[in-house]
Amino acid sequence: MTPERPMLEVSGLVKQFELRKSSSHRVGRGTALKLTAVDHVSFSVPRNQTLGIVGESGSGKTTLARCLTRLMEPDAGSVVFDGTDIRSLGGKDLQRLRRRIQVVFQDPFTSLNPRMTVGAALAEPLRVHGITGRSDTPARVAELLDLVGLPSTVTRSFPRELSGGQRQRVAIARSLAPEPELLIADEAVSALDVSIQAQILNLLVDLTDRLGLTMVFISHQLSVIANIAHSVAVMYLGQIVESGPVDSVFESPQHPYTAALLAANPEPVPERRRRKPAIRGDIPSPLDMPSGCRFRTRCAYAEDRCALEDPPPVRVGTRHDARCVVLPYREAELHR
Amino acid sequence: MTASAAGEGSTADAAAPLLEVENLYTAFPTAHGSVMAASGVSFSLAERETKGIVGESGSGKSITLRSLLGLVPEPGRVIEGTVRWAGRDLLSLRPAELRAIRGREISLIFQDPTSSLNPVYTIGEQIAETLRIKLGMSARAARERAVELLDHVGIPAAKSRVGAYPHELSGGMRQRVMIAIAIACKPRLLLADEPTTALDVTIQDQILSLLAELQEEFGMAMILVSHDLGVVAQNCDSVAVMYAGHVVEDAPAKDLFESPRHPYTAALLEALPSIRSPGTRGRLRQISGQPPDLSRLPAGCPFTPRCTQARDACADVTMQPIEVGRLHMTACPFAAEAR
Amino acid sequence: MSATVPARPRRESEKALMLRALEKRARSERRWGLLSLWIGALIIGVLALAALFAPLIFPDGPNQQDLLNTLQPPSWSHPFGTDNLGRDIFTRSIYAARIDLMVGLITTYVPLVLGVLLGLVAGYRGGWLETVVMRAVDVVVAFPFIVLVIAVIAIVGPGLLGVYIGITVVGWALYARLTRAEVLVLKEQQFVLAGQSLGYSSTRIVFRHLLPNVIRPNLVFSTLDIVLNILVLASLSFLGLGVQPPTAEWGLMVAEGQTFLLTAWWISTMPGLVIVLAGVGFSLLGDGLADRLGEGWRGRAGENEGMILSVAEESP
Repeated sequence: MTPERPMLEVSGLVKQFELRKSSSHRVGRGTALKLTAVDHVSFSVPRNQTLGIVGESGSGKTTLARCLTRLMEPDAGSVVFDGTDIRSLGGKDLQRLRRRIQVVFQDPFTSLNPRMTVGAALAEPLRVHGITGRSDTPARVAELLDLVGLPSTVTRSFPRELSGGQRQRVAIARSLAPEPELLIADEAVSALDVSIQAQILNLLVDLTDRLGLTMVFISHQLSVIANIAHSVAVMYLGQIVESGPVDSVFESPQHPYTAALLAANPEPVPERRRRKPAIRGDIPSPLDMPSGCRFRTRCAYAEDRCALEDPPPVRVGTRHDARCVVLPYREAELHR
Repeated sequence: MTASAAGEGSTADAAAPLLEVENLYTAFPTAHGSVMAASGVSFSLAERETKGIVGESGSGKSITLRSLLGLVPEPGRVIEGTVRWAGRDLLSLRPAELRAIRGREISLIFQDPTSSLNPVYTIGEQIAETLRIKLGMSARAARERAVELLDHVGIPAAKSRVGAYPHELSGGMRQRVMIAIAIACKPRLLLADEPTTALDVTIQDQILSLLAELQEEFGMAMILVSHDLGVVAQNCDSVAVMYAGHVVEDAPAKDLFESPRHPYTAALLEALPSIRSPGTRGRLRQISGQPPDLSRLPAGCPFTPRCTQARDACADVTMQPIEVGRLHMTACPFAAEAR
Repeated sequence: MSATVPARPRRESEKALMLRALEKRARSERRWGLLSLWIGALIIGVLALAALFAPLIFPDGPNQQDLLNTLQPPSWSHPFGTDNLGRDIFTRSIYAARIDLMVGLITTYVPLVLGVLLGLVAGYRGGWLETVVMRAVDVVVAFPFIVLVIAVIAIVGPGLLGVYIGITVVGWALYARLTRAEVLVLKEQQFVLAGQSLGYSSTRIVFRHLLPNVIRPNLVFSTLDIVLNILVLASLSFLGLGVQPPTAEWGLMVAEGQTFLLTAWWISTMPGLVIVLAGVGFSLLGDGLADRLGEGWRGRAGENEGMILSVAEESP
């Protein structure tokens, strides 16, 4: 039985930024520093599945999201969408690609043009991509609004007249207008109230199931990823340090960073634990990364050999990989 | 009505509360009528207790905190209520008296460390400033103490970092500096307005742990305002839940999370995604409707439009607190009746 | 007043009365803003209408001489008096408005269009185009406005055409700078990113998404600019570089009346007052517009609910 081709396959993706000498890093004149925001990232997402990408600030997840749609150009690696390497596309082909991959952004307050009505904002992608003509556009706009649970009267409203949750629904409707196959949600619920978050998460689960969408959901909130993703990739300083099915990764994390993230996550369970924090120190500067494993300076399990080389991904469970040379083996021993 | 709260882990006597807020009303007058950001807010705090105030946008949690110290932004104004502290009503003090209390007996830390620190002064200078003004220390003594404080809040190599500017530090470090300034005078009460919301989860963990340590060490009470129920659950002795400017429930943390007695609290807890059941893609029990529009609230209980147990009588609810357990009050008379 | 029924019975305590007083103050502040807009619009409206219908109201034209009635002070038959050639100054002032208002509009809105276009493209595209445009702006802005205009007129020759070209060559710069600054910020807003990911062409993004959001601050600034340009025209005419006699133009009229300042003060002063009136009118209009339009895409000034909620509550 041949496995189905994944919807999205990313291999060795690299994105670097060049910085001029800055005041807080003493470097010689004229030296350009290279900041590697995305460092040889590889993953794949099967059709109709949702991959969660979780990371904190400096992890590179937002840069990665931008590279997936070529809003930023990657420096190396490949992004293969449904069999086509999107990096090789240009002009009209890229425009056609834009129909099939859509993005939902974080901030409902700035992701809609404040001077356009909801109706106009939804009609525009339909017309630009030639999906509907002048006469059938209003009907399709009404359908899209219905999909996201908004009344059609909202077409005359401006974004400032709507609440955050309503705006996010409009943004989702707009991203569905081109009839995409892949949806990239970049912190799509992070700026919403908790009570509205649940609504939008339910909506996204519903839509991806109903419309057969594949989704990459980027967030710093573990609980949200746990709820919406089938599989998860944990990023730290530009690298995926652990990836796998979300239940496997969250129930038995094999990378110390994942374990720390889970331990630090405040659960709404009342226990005043006087415990030590799950992780110590600050994130190292990406311009000055530790040798070997980049997490070792904050790791509770670090050993001397961790400084020697950057750990390659090691298989620790069904489709579950982790870049650690200490913890997986310790776990394995415990279970022997 | 408002019972004095002796939180778990505090000294066991039911002495007079450290802070008692009664019937606080804060309004924002506009050309179209006034918006009540805080309506009849009442609660009390015991020595060394940590109280959480939790709510979403428009709940009034931040305004309540600012009202306590007279820091309500224009055009807002506290129009009614008393805030009893050390035998005085803070709301009736003259500006100079209130200023004396701020930073010394009661300190405040904010959400965004980036804009709360002055970018043109070093962190050492900003800490020393507080020490000189509030404690009358000499410049030299203040400088030395500043280094000690930086070390105390966990800034590595404090002696060399003391001359750093805020922009040279990470978000977590800046928040530590803010905390250092806040505890410089060993206040008896710390007001923390979303102190970790802008920080990464792992850094948040560190900062909350630091605050707990400092509380223990200085015998400080704390009011922690947050939208994050998890943060509040794991760091507070008691919790007040706010909605549309009203306190809808106030209870010891354990009771609030295990047996909530207000439909809003219960709905909020059920709507939370959790890492405990990963991958189920189960539909969350969402709360219908939109966040409240403070200028157009319905009569009676403001949660009515979104409440699954709403009934006609909700329009007559006065939002007065009703006792339903030890130190546990709710504003919903129907939730109080049930059971 | 809001339609809410308060949960507790409202006592007419001192504090409730104070609230009502504050609300009233907020309302009257709002009214003043509106008033400014309408007064300004009224003044300009009257001037514009008078200018437009001048040939109908004063069919004799601005140059009708009456040598028997020279240097007459203001009276019922000659509200602004007459000048040394017996011409009615009131009539001339109205006819002058035709020129001054037209010049004001053209010298403001042609540079506006030019400047906004250049600012949009420079800000969005960046690169060498941005550098070239912004350096040009820097050069133009470094000189005193009128000096540059005079330099251009020296090349082109005096007269209205010279004035148009002169002010346009210099006037676009501030609009370009303002627009480009706005574009730089707007570019990073997520709705621009959204447009890009939806596959919109750069042209569409610049004209359909950026332009409507940058036009407001430019329009607000333009009302002030009109005043300044009219004054520049008046100054140029005063210097003999603008309109030539016997054409009626406010600045020229002021210049012509110079020699009679002590004897027939009205010849210079009346047109001068009209200039002031026009200036005040446009300024009030500009102020009122600025109030109403707010800061453009950043939100309407004084839109209370949104402002209050964002002031009263940090977002989640």
